Amino acid sequence: MTYNLVCGFETHVELSTKTKIFCSCPTDFGDQPNSHVCPKCIAEPGTLPVVNKQTFIYAIRAGLATNCSINKIVHFDRKNYTYPDLPKAYQLTQFTEPICVSGHIKLDSGKIIRINRIHLEEDAGKLLHKGEYTFIDYNRGAVPLIEIVTEPDINSIEEAREYLEKLQLILRHIDVSDCKMEEGSMRCDVNISVNKPGEKLGTRSEIKNMNSLSFIEKAIAYEYSRHVSAIQNGEMLYQETRRYNESDGTTSAMREKENAQDYRYYDDPDIPTIFIEEHFIESIKRTLPELPADIKNRYLGLGLSPTETDLLIKYKKVADYFSEAIKTGDPKILSNYILGEIFRLLETEAKKENFDIMISPLQLSSLSNAQKSGKINAQLAKKALSEMLKSGKSWEELISESDMQEISEIDLISYCNEAIYNNSNAISDYLSGKEKALKAILGYVMKRTKGKANPEKTENLLIELITKKK
Amino acid sequence: MSNILYYSTLLRTGKISSSELTKIYLERIEKLNPKLNAYIKILPEYAIAQAKKCDEILSKEEKVSPLTGVPMALKDNLSVLGLNTTCCSKMLENFKSTFTATAVTKLFDKGAVMLGKTNLDEFAMGSYCNTGIYGPARNPYDLGKSPGGSSGGNASAVSAGIAPYTLGTDTGGSTRQPASYCGIVALKPTYGSVSRYGLLTLASSFDQIAPMTSTVTDCAIVYDAICGHDPEDMMTFKRNYEPTYPKLSGEIKGLRIGISDDFFATSSTETNDSVMKAVDFYVSKGAEIVKVKLPHIKYALPIYYILGCAEISSNFGRFDGIRYGYKTSLPYKDVDDMITKTRTEGLGMDIKRRIMLGIYFLSKQNYKEYFQKASMMRNELIGDFSNAFNTCDLILSPTSPTSAVSLDFTPETIVEKYYADACVAPANLCGLPALALPCGLDKNGMPLGMQLMGPNFSEGTLFNAGYAFERECSPELNPTTGVNYDI
Repeated sequence: MTYNLVCGFETHVELSTKTKIFCSCPTDFGDQPNSHVCPKCIAEPGTLPVVNKQTFIYAIRAGLATNCSINKIVHFDRKNYTYPDLPKAYQLTQFTEPICVSGHIKLDSGKIIRINRIHLEEDAGKLLHKGEYTFIDYNRGAVPLIEIVTEPDINSIEEAREYLEKLQLILRHIDVSDCKMEEGSMRCDVNISVNKPGEKLGTRSEIKNMNSLSFIEKAIAYEYSRHVSAIQNGEMLYQETRRYNESDGTTSAMREKENAQDYRYYDDPDIPTIFIEEHFIESIKRTLPELPADIKNRYLGLGLSPTETDLLIKYKKVADYFSEAIKTGDPKILSNYILGEIFRLLETEAKKENFDIMISPLQLSSLSNAQKSGKINAQLAKKALSEMLKSGKSWEELISESDMQEISEIDLISYCNEAIYNNSNAISDYLSGKEKALKAILGYVMKRTKGKANPEKTENLLIELITKKK
Repeated sequence: MSNILYYSTLLRTGKISSSELTKIYLERIEKLNPKLNAYIKILPEYAIAQAKKCDEILSKEEKVSPLTGVPMALKDNLSVLGLNTTCCSKMLENFKSTFTATAVTKLFDKGAVMLGKTNLDEFAMGSYCNTGIYGPARNPYDLGKSPGGSSGGNASAVSAGIAPYTLGTDTGGSTRQPASYCGIVALKPTYGSVSRYGLLTLASSFDQIAPMTSTVTDCAIVYDAICGHDPEDMMTFKRNYEPTYPKLSGEIKGLRIGISDDFFATSSTETNDSVMKAVDFYVSKGAEIVKVKLPHIKYALPIYYILGCAEISSNFGRFDGIRYGYKTSLPYKDVDDMITKTRTEGLGMDIKRRIMLGIYFLSKQNYKEYFQKASMMRNELIGDFSNAFNTCDLILSPTSPTSAVSLDFTPETIVEKYYADACVAPANLCGLPALALPCGLDKNGMPLGMQLMGPNFSEGTLFNAGYAFERECSPELNPTTGVNYDI
């Protein structure tokens, strides 16, 4: 009898607001330790939190994009625990009244992953262990986070990956977070249990603070087999918090003390209850961009393949650019340009994400139209594009400037005749029914004309000439 | 006689300069403070520098605030940029503030001159001003007696005439009870009308910065200067704060004064008699006396201590020896050990007791039984007061059950000690404004006090009622430390 895997995710995502959630320090990552720190960040006595309104806007965007309802009454609670990276010795979070509830994300299979809640909270600082000393960097302290909590609806490693990728995609598209797991702006706690089909949920363990998709996959796989073999061997499973060990792909239970935490939640008395008005939510709804799932459907409707579509929407800037270009140009050709020549130029994922190129969507669509109408052929277009990307010039400028002009009809006829004369073997192959042989002759012409011949025209011309010869 | 108006007139007419006035006060302090221990830090240079600036302003500008050039003092749990804010605790003995409290900034902007920082119970937890690391403050009426607490230094200083006025803090009666012990005036403002930014938090939903003055008029002037919405304290109300001082008339005809027997049940006969004389006065001036019922008032102290300790337990977690404040000098094996040792050595008994109680009240197994119940009861009590204020404009009660207790007073139990707050804590619990003022003297010549409590934002009504009483039947206040009020 096989066991079901049952997973729920608690995903922490750093919001990309310019300033922190309770003060006006910048949220920038990677700067000099403790350079973005004010009296509030280090909980100097006498300081009080002042809620950054932007964080509410971001959280509501995230909620709306994941089909959540937005709570009209929100307040912050104190989660009390002592740790050196938490200066106030409590974290401000929305324990009892989260800002968003009851949403979902749909997987490609059509399966719904329910979202229980999204709440706003503050991040903690970072500890850096060096030898016998520990240093504390409070730059990350009070950076705004949202925590997205799913129901235990995820039943396979594939679903886990797809859910996280979809979540990442949505949050990037609505400009709420860059969701960089490697920089810690997206981190996951995974709740795992196993059960037999039809039975109630098993004892769950929680693996804390994972920051890579592949670790998450490995951790789930490890936990699944740990749970199954415990059950099969009649061993006890405990509801406990575990950590993932990167070195050997295993998980191990955290100290008993960490498991026995009593956070003594209670209403924060420094921040009043916040009432969110309907028109505020409406105004955020109006500025929400098209969501990835809708963009995907739109692209598929234009005749693009699912693979192409996924690549085009992976980064918001790429999708934005593409969406703009296809307003005036040909989708298929434009997709080829971006996924081909342009992505080759932007070799790293980071460069693709930034999508900082010299030419405008209009310039690119104009090139696609020139190719589509046969004014220039694919080869030429490709060359033109690579020049355009270097210089930022339009294809018209480049083609008149260089010798990229297509060769004349007369020249083409003489090149074709030369090809037929020099490729008698291929000709006879072709005449004996091997249609592929024509490609070799075509290739010859292309080589001789340095790609300036129009392949379609050339092919037609070759067939005509060969048939005549016969 | 209003200190502030008196000095302000002298200053504006050029009869005295702010520097001269400040020097006179510094001399008085030098003479009297060793007896009183009201100030724990005197700041002559700071004061003179501020006074000099005020003299420039006074010589140039016609229209200045009555506070310009008048000296004052701050309780040492209020932050001033660059100065130590010790809270009279070993934990913060060397802690320097990096910003100034909003209420203080408002006074400075109006030309207040700060003479120094005053004594308090450690972290403002206490009722006798005797738990701080700088020793007890003393009552100017009888040096063997307590000035009350926690703002005992403030009360002692104002009463002895070594500070024209002061800012204290009131979490559960911490300005009103000492005002009562020392024969001065104190206002606990409506919660959210004075910014708490820069006040070293005790219990967040109770704390208010509070003026402590020698007269009701002074109290109104100072309150008008410090109240208002502050973007740094989200709990402050955005509203139009109408100045109360210009409206002081002393006219109270038709004022409905509520009396609740519960507030008299715990007080001495002398205190009650004295307050009842005030009632007679008000009746003679045309006020109407209304009996009010506060069904849940008997729970006020348990609610106050449960919620207060809960908030304290989380507010005090930040004192861990890492970023500021005291850090253990003993060897430690890890960070937990360091934090434990730091807190063990750096915090006093009363603080530890409240932290532990608070943790107990908030813990998973007790949360419902204590914290949640107390929160619900707090709302019931707020409802009681709001019902009462449908039938009356303010509620008159004693401030403190007795006159000042002796310095070596030790209550039989902690609970008995806490019960001294029975009349004052409800205002903090319900966010209400409450004005404490002297209403008589006991057989030993020690001041007795009464309290006027009103609905939210009724400071104007309270001042006016207080002013009416003070104008006509203020007791002969005469601290035996023999301070001459005149210059």
